Amino acid sequence: MAETTILRRALQAGLLFALLLPGLALAQLRIEIVDGVEGAMPISIAPFAWNATEPEPANTVSSIISANLRRSGLFDPMDEEGMIDRPVRPPEVRFGTWRLLKVDHLVIGEVREAADGFGYEFEYHLLDVLTGRILLSQAMGVGPGDLRFGAHRVSDAIYEALLGVPGAFATRIAYVVASNEGTDNPLYELVVADADGFNEQAVVRNAEPILSPTWSPDARQLAYVSFATGRSNIIVQDLYTGQNRVVSSERGINGAPAFSPDGRTLAVSLSRSGSPNIWLIDLQGQQRPRQLTHHWSINTEPTFSSDGTEVLFTSDRAGRPQIYRIGINGGEAERLTYEGRYNAHASLGPDDRMLAVIFSEGDEDYRIALHDRESGRLSVLSDGRLDESPSFAPNGSMVLYAARQNGRGVLAAASADGRIRQRLVTGAGDVREPAWSPIIR
Amino acid sequence: MNTALRLIAIVMLAALMAACARQTTPEPEPPVVEPPTQQPDTTETDRIDPRDFTDVRNLDNPESLLSQRVVYFEFDRSNIRAQFRPIIEAHAAYARANASARIILEGHADERGSREYNLALGERRSDAVSDAMSAGGASGSQVEIVSYGEERPVCRNSDDDCWQRNRRVEIVYTAR
Repeated sequence: MAETTILRRALQAGLLFALLLPGLALAQLRIEIVDGVEGAMPISIAPFAWNATEPEPANTVSSIISANLRRSGLFDPMDEEGMIDRPVRPPEVRFGTWRLLKVDHLVIGEVREAADGFGYEFEYHLLDVLTGRILLSQAMGVGPGDLRFGAHRVSDAIYEALLGVPGAFATRIAYVVASNEGTDNPLYELVVADADGFNEQAVVRNAEPILSPTWSPDARQLAYVSFATGRSNIIVQDLYTGQNRVVSSERGINGAPAFSPDGRTLAVSLSRSGSPNIWLIDLQGQQRPRQLTHHWSINTEPTFSSDGTEVLFTSDRAGRPQIYRIGINGGEAERLTYEGRYNAHASLGPDDRMLAVIFSEGDEDYRIALHDRESGRLSVLSDGRLDESPSFAPNGSMVLYAARQNGRGVLAAASADGRIRQRLVTGAGDVREPAWSPIIR
Repeated sequence: MNTALRLIAIVMLAALMAACARQTTPEPEPPVVEPPTQQPDTTETDRIDPRDFTDVRNLDNPESLLSQRVVYFEFDRSNIRAQFRPIIEAHAAYARANASARIILEGHADERGSREYNLALGERRSDAVSDAMSAGGASGSQVEIVSYGEERPVCRNSDDDCWQRNRRVEIVYTAR
């Protein structure tokens, strides 16, 4: 590359960056089950009664719930055509019929226009077909335009009632799509979609690489690394207002942002003092950035523990990249991973017990592995050659990651026990750097 | 911006891409640098001495080490291999003799492993070249470093050949 290209890149980047296109709808992301489990729970989501002035959307609430539960790999929802009965309230349920259909659980309900005309009210019941007991009855309201979100919340509640862990359906995923790389007009898009693949939108478009998107704990903001100026910068983008601001543009590397659990601090990797080290940036701007690690090696990819008292990070201080932890007030870093030559890009499960990493035994294959911090057990979840960027679902059920397939970047997910595998099918382009959001309240 | 420079950039890029596309090449070792043994013809007064690393014309002279602008690295390493020292020393000598010269050292990594770690690795490689340039007499204010990690490969196949070509530092002149 020669000097001319640098200026041209910077110009292109500047122009495109000024033309941020928040909310530009893309082709839809599709999530397919590759491997499911034997004996997924048979369940039936009866069509919800629709009591609103506007017509019921083609994608009904019950079909959204069924699709969610099926996609999890743990449920086997009945097709609507097979349902003889369409009860709405518990007294209308003839349990004998559902027992004959070999359904364990039944969900019934209704969607009404809200009393004040603003949004919708959901009322639904989860029933045990064998005993005839009501396991869950709930009513809730959602805003206009949040019908799908309501269906996701119902799915979360059903999942939790039957499995004892919260669902992760009312969530979103962020990822980067690269197009035309290696040509004169490359395009990098930071994309956000609902966890079921709907509402795929490009929130940032840029002629320069975008990497490491990460969610704020309230799922309202994304921090990411941009090369828009020709050098790495860390930017925080508000998904609701569309506003963005540069939070770090130091000399050298500005990389690997991670929000603290209270959303007030951003841990990053900066090389302003020499080698890349972990720094803490106060997002309120009241304190100067504080250097957390002080080491001549590479120190990057910080992630906070769930209580915010420690930071896990990747360091090659022992020769090869491994995962370390350090208290939020500094001190001695402790090495956490010993198995394998390469452990990097840690993502913590919800109770901090499971640690998802990029793992390699001998620089041949890079796979996603889980370290169980209690038992010390290591399990390899993926089977690719260049798998990277693991990101735990907020309920710990699945790990989302990037892989390469036929020379193209794709997204995939595997359940934490390795039994369920999903493939995330997108439109054209190289897809990478996935990040699963916290649960949206 | 100089049209000639732009042309050179395009030719270099084309050469790189051609090198990249050559799938049948069995031995993908990066070019080994031999100092030119041929004596310059001293009878021609305007003939350039390719070993004169202070001469701006040698930046575009394929016979001169100054025309070579890429240093390649081993996997997950940032130490400079012996065969690339002469290239770096030539550019250091040029910078020392030409105070107005400005250089950006762009560090790159292959695609394996995490992108952020590779960003750090690219910087470490740029740092290594920068240190060697300083040792050769380039002043700190002349040399800047930037890392692109694995984000700007010159070759896009997932194989050893491409990976070798992508693990590199590019010596880019912003002023000569």
